Amino acid sequence: MEELTFAAALADLASMAPEIWQACRETALMLAVGLAAAIALGGPLGIVLYLSQPGQLFANRWVNGLLGWTVNLVRSFPFIILMVSLVPLTRLIVGSTIGPVAAAVPLSFAAIPYFARLVEQTLREIPRGVVEAAEAMGASPMQIIVKVLLNEARSGLISSLTILTISFLSYSAVAGVVGGGGIGDLAIRYGYYRFQTDVMVAMVLLLVLIVQIIQFAGNRLASRLDKR
Amino acid sequence: MIHLQNIRKRFRRPDGGWFDAVCDTSLSIGAGEVFGLIGFSGAGKSTLLRLINLLERPDGGAVIVAGQDLTALDAKALRRARQQLGMVFQQFNLMANRTVAGNIAFPLEIAGWSAADIASRVAECLEIVGLADRAAHYPAQLSGGQKQRVGIARALAPRPKVILADEPTSALDPKTTQSILDCLKDINQRFGVTVVIVTHEMHVVRSICHRAAVLDAGSVVEVVEVNGAEVDARSALARSLLEAA
Repeated sequence: MEELTFAAALADLASMAPEIWQACRETALMLAVGLAAAIALGGPLGIVLYLSQPGQLFANRWVNGLLGWTVNLVRSFPFIILMVSLVPLTRLIVGSTIGPVAAAVPLSFAAIPYFARLVEQTLREIPRGVVEAAEAMGASPMQIIVKVLLNEARSGLISSLTILTISFLSYSAVAGVVGGGGIGDLAIRYGYYRFQTDVMVAMVLLLVLIVQIIQFAGNRLASRLDKR
Repeated sequence: MIHLQNIRKRFRRPDGGWFDAVCDTSLSIGAGEVFGLIGFSGAGKSTLLRLINLLERPDGGAVIVAGQDLTALDAKALRRARQQLGMVFQQFNLMANRTVAGNIAFPLEIAGWSAADIASRVAECLEIVGLADRAAHYPAQLSGGQKQRVGIARALAPRPKVILADEPTSALDPKTTQSILDCLKDINQRFGVTVVIVTHEMHVVRSICHRAAVLDAGSVVEVVEVNGAEVDARSALARSLLEAA
């Protein structure tokens, strides 16, 4: 193996630019699908979890217990095991078990209950009196959810989404190794299996940068939306 | 305007027993009246108030507001009836992420008013409570007294027949208390809105109520007439509340 100088590493990375770009796009795709599923399905699930709690609008011990138990069940799977267990389902939905779209299936599966819990927790911070005031004014349950709960919790929800995005950036690296592609996969294939430490370091730095950007953007947006 | 007929409400205590918050109570409140519900802590006065708009559903009895038995309504009809019943809270319960104008607009949005009607009504209500220059502020930027004015404007916005006020001045200092009471009194006189006000302060009763029910252990002990500072009280409890003030 040739001696690793900074210049050589840069040249090496420059020659890999198309592959790195491809890896970024794959990671972005996995994240986008996972987050979309989390928002579309995990969000409503979190709202139902919150509303079915004792003392809330639709207090129902059975619904709350069953949903809570299911959420805990999925969340207790180590991600890599969840991924392997979901292979048949992934094949059924996507028709293949490799590629970023296939990896997005277990990612979504893990992201939904994760986000549901984050939403539930965020909604709990809204003072009960504010919801009660809306009830007293004759607001319907749907109006309470949209105009009161989601609006009052909006900055907390953005913070939750930021946490979710960063967690799942890391999960997507795991999914990538099992055939999903992406930045983590590139780091392992070149950096680890082919001893190209420069690629490993560059990919880790890239991830550090992405995480910082996501967190910064999330904080900015959350504080702009927060009028409390 | 409001008739409570043989209302009962009990709550489950943490130890598994029952707590009778309101036991077999009847009460009539006339249109345009400012009616006080007064008593010591735990006397059932807040529960009684919350029974009027069915925030608490009674275990028995009828709640008749403007000729309509609220307990007999389905969820949708109850929501419509509630739009005629404004409510003001001790802790204000404003929406932190809505501006002052946005908070006052909320009950109108719910009732399906057009944007133009909402804008003019919100401006009108801001004027009534003296906060016209605070429309674009958020609740966090207001003092306690100003927040309660927003609360009152919000309750008033849909032109309700009744405003229910649950200890509206208990979180405020004496000077602010008086200005809030004046505001409620003004609304009662100008618009003929019936006001039911829960309080533990005799001072509040003296300054705005026409009549007041003295409550103890979930029952009405006495309904007293109030003529300015004169309160014609017979029961020992009413007298002790008078002296406490």
